[in-house]
Amino acid sequence: MTAATQQPPANRRLIFRLVLAVFAMFGFGFALVPLYDVFCDITGLNGKTGVTDSRTVEATPIDKDRWVTVEFTGNAASGLPWEFRPTVAKMEVQPGALTRATYIARNTSNRTVVGRAIPSVTPGEAAAHFKKTECFCFTEQYLDAGETKEMTVQFVVEPDIPRSVNTITLSYAFFNTEKFVKQKKITAKQQDTKLEKTHPGKKS
Amino acid sequence: MATADAAHHDEHHAHPTGILRWITTTNHKDIGTLYLLFSLTMFMVGGLMALVIRAELFQPGLQVVDPHFFNQMTTMHALVMIFGAVMPGFVGFANWMLPMMIGAPDMALPRLNNWSFWILPFAFTMLLSSLLTAGGGPASGWTLYAPLSIQGGMSVDMTIFAIHMMGVSSILGAINVIVTIFNMRAPGMTLLKMPLFVWTWLITAFLLIAVMPVLAGVVTMLLTDRHFDTAFFNPAGGGDPVMFQHIFWFFGHPEVYILILPAFGIISEIIPTFSRKPLFGYTTMVLATAGIAFLSFIVWAHHMFTVGMPLAGELFFMYSTMLIAVPTGVKVFNWVSTMWRGSLTFETPMLFAIAVVFLFTIGGFSGLMLAITPADFQYHDTYFVVAHFHYVLFSGSIMAMMGGAYYWLPKWTGHMYDEKLGKTHFWLNTIFFNITFFPQHFLGLAGMPRRIPDYALQFTEFNVISSIGAFGLGLSQLLFVYVVIKCVRGGEKASDEVWEQPRGLEWTVPSPAPYHTFETPPRVA
Repeated sequence: MTAATQQPPANRRLIFRLVLAVFAMFGFGFALVPLYDVFCDITGLNGKTGVTDSRTVEATPIDKDRWVTVEFTGNAASGLPWEFRPTVAKMEVQPGALTRATYIARNTSNRTVVGRAIPSVTPGEAAAHFKKTECFCFTEQYLDAGETKEMTVQFVVEPDIPRSVNTITLSYAFFNTEKFVKQKKITAKQQDTKLEKTHPGKKS
Repeated sequence: MATADAAHHDEHHAHPTGILRWITTTNHKDIGTLYLLFSLTMFMVGGLMALVIRAELFQPGLQVVDPHFFNQMTTMHALVMIFGAVMPGFVGFANWMLPMMIGAPDMALPRLNNWSFWILPFAFTMLLSSLLTAGGGPASGWTLYAPLSIQGGMSVDMTIFAIHMMGVSSILGAINVIVTIFNMRAPGMTLLKMPLFVWTWLITAFLLIAVMPVLAGVVTMLLTDRHFDTAFFNPAGGGDPVMFQHIFWFFGHPEVYILILPAFGIISEIIPTFSRKPLFGYTTMVLATAGIAFLSFIVWAHHMFTVGMPLAGELFFMYSTMLIAVPTGVKVFNWVSTMWRGSLTFETPMLFAIAVVFLFTIGGFSGLMLAITPADFQYHDTYFVVAHFHYVLFSGSIMAMMGGAYYWLPKWTGHMYDEKLGKTHFWLNTIFFNITFFPQHFLGLAGMPRRIPDYALQFTEFNVISSIGAFGLGLSQLLFVYVVIKCVRGGEKASDEVWEQPRGLEWTVPSPAPYHTFETPPRVA
C-alpha cells in the first residue's frame, strides 16, 4: 500500500498493531466454536450426555431406595422423511441400574436415507449424570425405502444424581445427514461396516 | 508531518468540482458531510420501514402487508437504522469534529477515510436490493438467528456480504480514529485534556476493532453453513444453533455501546456550554466510559436468558448486567451536576441534551428491569424490549445526534439555524417519540410479542396510540430536514464562537470552518 508507506513510523506501527488486533479478533470468533464445545462438555450444559461402558456400570452399586422417572421423546426434523417415536413414553429406573429402551423409526420415502439422532437431556443438571453404554445416536443410521427398524439405547442414571431430580427427559431429534456423509455411497447393506467410521463417537 | 504536507499540497491544485469532488475527496470535513448525509438518508429509509410496521399494527388482524413482508420490514428497519443511520452518523461527527477538537489538520489516514465512506453506499445498495430478490429480503430479524437464517433465500447471502462490507468500513474508520487521536494531537493536548467526545470515540473505536471482526466471523460461519456443508450451527453435523446466539451477542452487546458512547460524548459537549460551567467530574466520565466498555464484554448472555442456562450462568449475567448501571449512573449524575447551579439557557441543542439525559435514563431503568433474570422470562421478546431499546437508541443515540447537529451546524455552515423551527422540531419529535414508545412498555408487560404482524384484541388501544405517534414522529423529521437545508442555504451569520464562551478548539476557528484548519497546530495550554 503506497499510502501506508508514506505514513510516519509512529502511524505505521499503530496501524500494524490495530490490523493485527482485527485479525486476532476474527480468529477469536472462530475459536469460540471449539471453546463452546469444551465448555459444554465440562459443565454438561446444553443437555449433552456422557458415554460410559458396561464394566463401569456393573461396578457401580444400584441405589435400591430411589426411583427416577425417565421420559422418552423424539422427533424427525424437517428434511428427514422418517416416522420416529419411542416405544414407551416413560419408565421408572433405579440409579445405577443399566436400562434398555427402544425407539421405532420408519423410512416413509422410496429411497435409502441416512440420518443421525442428536440427544438432549433435561433438566441440564441431570445431563452430566445420564450416561449411555450403547446408543443408536452414536452412529449414522441408514434406512432403506419403507424399512422399519427398532433402535436401542442403553443407559444408566448415575447414583450421584442430585436428589432434587425426580424426572429426566431424554429427547432425540433425528436429522437428515446425507450432505455430511455423501462422499460415501449409501446403501443399507454397508451400514454395519461403516458405523464407526463416519462420526466416531463424537458428542453422543 | 506527512499528512500536513499532503493537505498543504492539495491546496495548490484546483479541487475537482461537482460529483468528482465528493468521490475523490480526502478532506475530513467533506467526508464528515458525506457520512452525515448518508446517515440522514438511511434514517429516512429506515423510518419508512418503521411506518410500514406501525401501519400494519394500527389495527388487529392483517390488512396492510402480508406477514412475510412484515418480517422483512422488522429485519431491514433494524439493519438500516443500526448500520446505516446510527453508526455512520457518529462516524460523520467524528470526521468533522475530532481533528478540529484535538487541533489536527485532518484525519491521520485521509485516503482510507475516503474508502471507508464509499464502501457504505455499495453495502446498502446490496442490502436494500435484496428486497427485490425472489422470496424477498431477509426476514429472520436483524440478529439473523440460525437455523432460520440458514433456511432463508438468496437475500440472506446478500445481507451477509453487505454486513461484511459495513464491517470493513467500520473497522477502517475505527483504525483511522485511533491513529488520529494517538498521533495527531496538538502540542499540549494531553489525553486527559481531550474533549469528552474525543474520549468516547476513542473507546468506541477500540470496541469496534474488538467486535466487528467477530460479527464478520459469525456471518461467515452462516454463509459456509448455507453453502459449503459446514455444520457450525447444524446439530446434524455436530453443531449447535445456540452457539450462534452466543457468538452473535458477544458482538452484539459491545455493539449497543458502540451505538451509545459517542452520544454520551456529544451531550457531554453540549451540556457544559449551555450551563456555562465546565463538565462536572471529567475524569470520572472518562473512567465510567472505559468501565462501560469493559463490562460490555461480559454481559452478552442477558440477551438469551431463556435458552436454558444453568442458574450460575443466569446469576452471573444478571449481576454483571446490573453492574453497568453504576458507571452509567455516574454519567447521569455528572450531567445533572454540571447543570446544577449553572446559568442555563435552553437553545435547541440543550433541549435535546436534557431530553437525552431524561429519556435515556428511562431506557436504562427498563434495561435494569430486563436484567432481572426471572422477570426477563416474562419480558423476553415482548414489546417491553422494543420500548426499552428505542428509549436508549432513539432518545439516546438519535436525539443526541440531532442535538449535536444543531450544536455544530453554525460551525459547519456559518449560519445560525432557525431557532424557532429547531425548538418546534424538538418538541414535536420528543412528544411524538413518547407517544410512540411509552405505550409499548404496557403492551410488553401485558404480553404482546414483538415481530408479529397481528395481535390480540386487548392490545388495540395502545397500538393505535403508538401508531399515531409513529406517524407524527416520522413527519416531524421532515421539519428537521427543512431546518438543516435552510441553515445550509443561509441565515443569520454565525460568530466564530457561536455560543457564549463554549470550550473547545473547534470554536477558535472561523465559522464556517475553512476547508483546512489547524495546518499549524495550535498550542494548548
